[in-house]
Amino acid sequence: MSPTDPLAPAATPDDSVLLSARGIRKSFGDNEVLRSIDLEVRRGEVVVLIGPSGSGKTTVLRSLNGLETPSAGTIDFAGGPVIDFAVPVPKAQRYALRDRSAMVFQQHNLFPHMTVIENVIEGPVRVQKVPKKQAVAEASALLDRVGLAEKRDAYPFELSGGQQQRVGIVRALALKPQLLLFDEPTSALDPELVGEVLQVIKELADEGWTMVVVTHELSFARQAADEVLFMDGGVVVERGAPGAIFTNPTHERTRRFLDRILRPLEDDGEAPPLE
Amino acid sequence: MTDWQLALDSFWPLFWGGISGTIPLAVASFALGLVLALGVALMRLSRNRVLSGIARFYISVIRGTPLLVQLFVIFYGMPSIGITIDPWPSAIIAFSLNVGGYAAEVIRAAILSVPKGQWEAGYTIGMSPGTTLTRLILPQAARVSVPPLSNTFISLVKDTSLASLILVTEMFRVAQEIAAFSREFLLIYIEAALIYWLFCLVLSSGQNLLEKRLDRYVAH
Repeated sequence: MSPTDPLAPAATPDDSVLLSARGIRKSFGDNEVLRSIDLEVRRGEVVVLIGPSGSGKTTVLRSLNGLETPSAGTIDFAGGPVIDFAVPVPKAQRYALRDRSAMVFQQHNLFPHMTVIENVIEGPVRVQKVPKKQAVAEASALLDRVGLAEKRDAYPFELSGGQQQRVGIVRALALKPQLLLFDEPTSALDPELVGEVLQVIKELADEGWTMVVVTHELSFARQAADEVLFMDGGVVVERGAPGAIFTNPTHERTRRFLDRILRPLEDDGEAPPLE
Repeated sequence: MTDWQLALDSFWPLFWGGISGTIPLAVASFALGLVLALGVALMRLSRNRVLSGIARFYISVIRGTPLLVQLFVIFYGMPSIGITIDPWPSAIIAFSLNVGGYAAEVIRAAILSVPKGQWEAGYTIGMSPGTTLTRLILPQAARVSVPPLSNTFISLVKDTSLASLILVTEMFRVAQEIAAFSREFLLIYIEAALIYWLFCLVLSSGQNLLEKRLDRYVAH
């Protein structure tokens, strides 16, 4: 890893606490989707959230950058104010949270009316006021690094799903965030395209980026995660190193979930027999 | 027998009435109307109930009353309360207000057609809602709204003939004058109709070009 590698993280991975969320709750109407979630992310650490659909993983992730406003709890993002969601959150605090992170979406959400390079430099040039020439140079280096150099002037619709998602990742990296958030980055992809995207995310993890990843890709979690959180029904059921969670889950719910994912065709003794 | 010489002689006066009356009236009213419509559409989408209520009311009034009545209220009605407006400004005001009402709904629907993920992507790259709107949402909404807005514009070109009733010298008023003078009503009115049609054909091909240009970034 050379110091000039474009994929190198914007912040030094020195293992100090970058983000600490405490007691995060969220309700939509009467439906309580998060019931007191605690989460700590250290610099350089990869935290992976797994769990069934509707368990609240994505809502946790979206709370970390202000896309969702929790009903209660606090978020302490190093270098910013401690945000207390029990009281109305000023816009400036929400923006402070957002401006330290960048997100990769399930449905890439690239801007369809802009070319690849325009997508990537939009944030740096329009928002961060980076000179265009510099932004283009940095964006080109990043695109080159993920194997998309020759696609810089293509429109998103001309790319494959995996290429689109890699551009989505580059767009996030170009903002030089302290924290990368991945919201099921491979769930919308055809199976044969999943690998090329996971490969890039894995490389970023190896380079020392700090990231929180929501995913169903357990093999990725096993290889890249420092900590895995298993969520179900709006709570963190179990957390720990991937080795411990995957080989020796202590909770029945975790075990059943892993079983269903790893051996989807096997009867776990719970499902009624098919008629 | 049809008087071909009259048809030939009246072509330029009619055509010129279109170029100097119909088209500028339509273009000016459409431009002002679009600006108004964007504002009304944003008010209508606003979470502020007063703003969206005002927008709703405005759209309802404009769409629920005849354009001719709107024109007459402004030109013949306003003087009763001491506001006298000349024919041309009256016509532009009336047509702009009318376009504002109709196009607002088109623009609102077009903005809503842009996926929510685009707003979220704008937010996560650090954009303000205003920048997101102008840089990301409106360019995508524009593509969607070209066909319906082109309809609005083409309708407007033809509707400007109503301005002849408030003394604006546009193509139809020229036609009326020539017809009254020559008594060749059928010939002159058909000739005027053909020239309106010609204008609309040109505008339709302009619409096609615009759609092609805006479609360059979507799959076919």
